[in-house]
Amino acid sequence: MTTPVIELRDVSRRYDDGPPALSDVSLTVREGEAVAILGPSGSGKSTLLNLIAGLDRPDTGTVTVAGVRVDGLGEAASARYRRARIGMVFQFFNLLDDLTVADNVVLPAQLAGMARGEASKRAAELLDQLGVARHARAYPGRLSGGERQRVAVARALMNRPALLLADEPTGALDTASGEDVSALLTELNADGQTLVVVTHDLALARSCTRRTIQLVDGRIAGDVVVEPTR
Amino acid sequence: MSGLGRVVRSGVARRRVQTVVIGLATTMAVTSSVLGGSLLVASSAPFDDGFATQRGAHLSARFDAGKVTADQLKAPVSGVTASAGPFPVTSVTPSDDGPGDAPPLTVVGRAEPGGDPVDAVTVTEGEWADAPGELVVSADGPYAHSPTGSGVGRRLTLADGSTVTVVGVARSVSRTADGWVPPSWISAPEGYQVLYRFASAATTEQVDAARAAVTAAVPEGALSGSQSWLVLKQVADRSIAVFVPFLVAFGLLGLFMSLLVVGNVVAGAVGAGTRRIGILKALGFTPAQVVWAYMAQALIPAAVGTAIGVVAGNLLAIPVLAETEDVYGAVTLTVAPWVNVVVIAGALALVSVTAWVSALRAGRLRTVDAIAVGRTPRPGRGRWAARLTARLAVPRPVGLGLARPFARPARAAAMVAAVLFGATAVTFAVGLASSLNQLQIARNHNSADVKIEGFGRGGPGPGPGVRPAERDVDPVAVSAAISAQAGTRAHYRTSETEVTVSGVAGTTAVVSFTGDATWDGYQLVSGRWFAQPGEAVAPTTFLVATGTAVGDTVTLDDGDKSVTVRIVGDVFEMSNDGMVVLTDAATFTSGSDRSSHHIAVRPGTDVTSYIDGLNSALKPLGATARPGRDDQASDTIILINSLTATLTLMLVAVAAMGVLNALVLDTRERIRDLGVHKALGMTPRQTIAMVLASVVVIGVVGGAVGVPAGVALHEAVLPAMGESAGISLPPSVFAVHDPLSLLLLGVGGLLIAVVGALLPAGWAAKTSTATALRAE
Repeated sequence: MTTPVIELRDVSRRYDDGPPALSDVSLTVREGEAVAILGPSGSGKSTLLNLIAGLDRPDTGTVTVAGVRVDGLGEAASARYRRARIGMVFQFFNLLDDLTVADNVVLPAQLAGMARGEASKRAAELLDQLGVARHARAYPGRLSGGERQRVAVARALMNRPALLLADEPTGALDTASGEDVSALLTELNADGQTLVVVTHDLALARSCTRRTIQLVDGRIAGDVVVEPTR
Repeated sequence: MSGLGRVVRSGVARRRVQTVVIGLATTMAVTSSVLGGSLLVASSAPFDDGFATQRGAHLSARFDAGKVTADQLKAPVSGVTASAGPFPVTSVTPSDDGPGDAPPLTVVGRAEPGGDPVDAVTVTEGEWADAPGELVVSADGPYAHSPTGSGVGRRLTLADGSTVTVVGVARSVSRTADGWVPPSWISAPEGYQVLYRFASAATTEQVDAARAAVTAAVPEGALSGSQSWLVLKQVADRSIAVFVPFLVAFGLLGLFMSLLVVGNVVAGAVGAGTRRIGILKALGFTPAQVVWAYMAQALIPAAVGTAIGVVAGNLLAIPVLAETEDVYGAVTLTVAPWVNVVVIAGALALVSVTAWVSALRAGRLRTVDAIAVGRTPRPGRGRWAARLTARLAVPRPVGLGLARPFARPARAAAMVAAVLFGATAVTFAVGLASSLNQLQIARNHNSADVKIEGFGRGGPGPGPGVRPAERDVDPVAVSAAISAQAGTRAHYRTSETEVTVSGVAGTTAVVSFTGDATWDGYQLVSGRWFAQPGEAVAPTTFLVATGTAVGDTVTLDDGDKSVTVRIVGDVFEMSNDGMVVLTDAATFTSGSDRSSHHIAVRPGTDVTSYIDGLNSALKPLGATARPGRDDQASDTIILINSLTATLTLMLVAVAAMGVLNALVLDTRERIRDLGVHKALGMTPRQTIAMVLASVVVIGVVGGAVGVPAGVALHEAVLPAMGESAGISLPPSVFAVHDPLSLLLLGVGGLLIAVVGALLPAGWAAKTSTATALRAE
C-alpha cells in the first residue's frame, strides 16, 4: 500500500446561506493514483479542488496533502505549499500572455527561489519532454489550444509537485487536442505522477484515470476503480 | 429613478476610490483657483476703484521753481489728456513740542480738493484748508492721527516758529502730497507740482515715454522728481499681489492634476467596463445615454469637490485678505462673488469636457464587440520589457512588476503625470519655503549676537519697550564700551532719520552706518556696498519710486540740509516699505537720529556672560544690551508657508490617489493573472512586492521630471512674487537647491508612487485566488 497523498476527513463547505457545496466528504488518494472527480455543474467539484489546492478552507473537517495540513494554512503558507507540492492545470490554460512560453514555465521555480540556470535547464527539459520545446521563445497567443495546455502542464510540473491537479484540462480543446492532452496525463501518471482530474467528461476520466469519484450535491455518490481505456 | 439614473448611481457606488479621487482633485483645484482668483481681483480692486473715482494722476511731477515758471508749466504737452496745477510746493518740518524732531512734510498749495480735472482729493475728516495757518494732512501720513485719536485740531510748530492747525484729513490715491494748504500760504515755493493724465499709461514704458515728453516740454533740469501711478499701484497691491503668482502656480497644477485624474478615471471606467457598456447597449441604451452615464459618474464627485473647494477657498481667503485691510483703512475686502461663479462654471465645464472626451469611446463601441470583449486587455504591448526584466538579477515578482507599466503605456503615462505633478509641487513648495527662509534672513539681517537699540537724542519718543532714560545715551560712548568689552569680534552702529526725496510723496528713511556692517546679513541684488562718503545703497522699491538706478544720484533733504548721494548698490531691504537709503555716517547724519548697536562676539564666547559683562559697562551710560537673532517671521511669510504646505499636501494626496486609482483599475483588469500567479505559489508578500515594483519606474521617471519642473516653476514664480511685491530678490533666495536635496526630492516622487500603490498592493495580496481565477 502506497503513502496517502490526499486525505480529506469529514470536510464540509458552505458559501453564505446557500446549500452546502461539500458535505461530510472523506477521501483518500494514494501516491501514484490517477483519480477523476466527476459530477454535474454545482456538484462541488471545484470546491473540492480548491480545498485540496489550499485556495479555500473547509468549514469543518481536515485536508491533508502530502503530509501538510492544508486547512489551517495562512495565505503565505498556502502559497508556499502550492508552489512546493501542487501543480495546477486549468481549463483555459491560464498562461500569462505577456511572458514567453519558457518564461511561463520557469515562473513557479523562480517564485520558489530556484537558481536561474537550474530553473532554465529544468524548463527546457520539460518543454522538450512535452514536445513544445520549439515554442520556447514564442508567446502563448501563437500556440494552438493543445500546445498551450502542454505548456501549462510543463509549468505545473516545474517544481516536481507531489500532486498534479487538473481542472477540466480538455474543456477548451477540440477533440484531437483533448485526446492529445489526455494521453499526456496518462503518460505522466504512468511515470508515477499522482493525478487528480476534475471533469464532467466521462471519456476523459476513463482514458487517463483508473478511479472515478462521483459527486452529487456536495456528497460522494460513488467511488469506483475502473480500468483505463488505453 | 430612471434607468440611466440607476446606472449612474451604481457606477458611482461601485467605483468609490475613483469617486473620492475625482472629488479630492477637484477640491484642490477649485480651492487654489478661488483663492488665487479672489486675491488677484482683491489686490487691484480698491486702488483701481479709488484711482478711477479720483481721476488719479498717471504722473505726479515736481519741477524746480528756480528753473521753470508756473506759466511755462501751463504749456500743452503731447499725449496729456488732462492735467492739474501747477501747484506751489514746499517742505516743512512740523513738530508738536519743538522744531527739528519730526518727519518733514511735502506740502502742496491747492485751493480746493475735488475741483481739479486730475487728483480729486477726498476729504475724509474735517474740512479743506482755506485760510492761512490751516493744514489738511494726508490720511496715509503720520499726522492723520494723534495719540488721542483724530489728527484734526492738532497744532504743529514749524521750523520758523510759526504754527499751523490741522483742519482736515484727506486721501489722495495718487499720493500727491503729505499735506495741503491754501496756495497763498506758500509765498516762496521750492517747486511746482503738476499732475498729468495721459492717453496711454498702462505700462511702465508708456509712462516713461510720457514722462520724457513732459521733460522735453520744460527747460533742461526743471523736472526735479516724478512719481508714476504704476509704482503706487504696485505698493498698494503688493500685500495681496505677492500671493498671486504662487497661488496661480498651485491653481494650474491642481487644474492639470484634476483633469488628468478625471480623464484617467473615466477612460479607465470605460476601458474596464467594455462588457458592461455592451450589455447596456444591448438593453437599449443609446450611445448618447451611455456617454452621459459615464460623464455623470465623474461630474457627481466633481460637483461635490467643487462645492467643498469653493467653501475652502473662501475660508482660506479670509486671513490673506485681512492682511491688507489696514492698507485701505475702513475698506473690507471680500471674495468677489463673480470669482466663485467663474471658478465653479469653469471647473465643471472643464471636467465635463474631459469626461466627455474620455467617455466618447463608450458611445462609439459596437455593441457586438463590446459584449464579446472580456476584461483582460489585449496582450502585445511591453513584451520587450517583460523579456528584459525576466533576465534581471532581481526576485521574479519584482521583475514582473517592473515590466508592468510597459504593458499599459497610456495608463503608466497618466501615473507618471500624477507623480510628476506631485513631485513638482513638493519641489516647488520646498524651494519656496527655503527661499522665504532666506528672504527672512536677508530681511532681518539678523546675524548680530547682541543688540543695543532704540535709543536716541531728543527723538520724538521712545520705541516700544525702550525706557525713557535711554533717550539720552551717547552712542559714541556706547561704541567705545563695546570695543573695550572682551569677546567683541565686530560691531557697528546705525542711526536712522527721515528725509524727503524730491518728487516722492512721504518720507524716506536714511540709515547711517558707523563701522563695517557687511557681516550682518545685508544682501545686495546688484552693485556693491558703499565704500566712501557720498555713496549709498538702496532697495529696488526706492530706486523705482525715484526713477533712479545704480550709478545715479539722489538728494536727501531732512529739512535742515540737503545731501546728494550716489547709489552704488541695490540692497535687499524691506524696512519702511523699501523707502530707505543706507549710507555711511560720514555721508549723512542727523541730530535727531535713533541709534542702535549690533555686535558679533568671538567664536566660543558665551553670549549671556558677554551681555552681563557689557551691561555692567553700559549701566553708567544708560543703555542695555540684549541677545540678538530674534528672528521674527513676517505674517505674510507665515501665511504663504501655511498655504503652500496645505496646497502641497492636497496635491501630493491627489497625486498618490491618481496612482492608486490607476493601479486599482490595473489590478481589476489583471485579476485573473493575479490569480494565476497566486495559484503558482506567489505569496502575499511577493504579490505586494510585484505591485509596488510596478510603480518604481513610474515614480523614478515622475520624480526625475517633476523635480526639474518644480525647480523651473520656483525659478519662474519667485521673481514674479518679487515683482508683485515691488522688490528685487538677492541671489541667496534663488540658490536654495543643492544636489542632495534635489536627489531627496526625486526620491519623494518614488515615495508618492509607492504610497499610492500600497492600498492596491494590499488588496491584490488579499484577493482570493479562487475568486480571481473565476473572474471573467
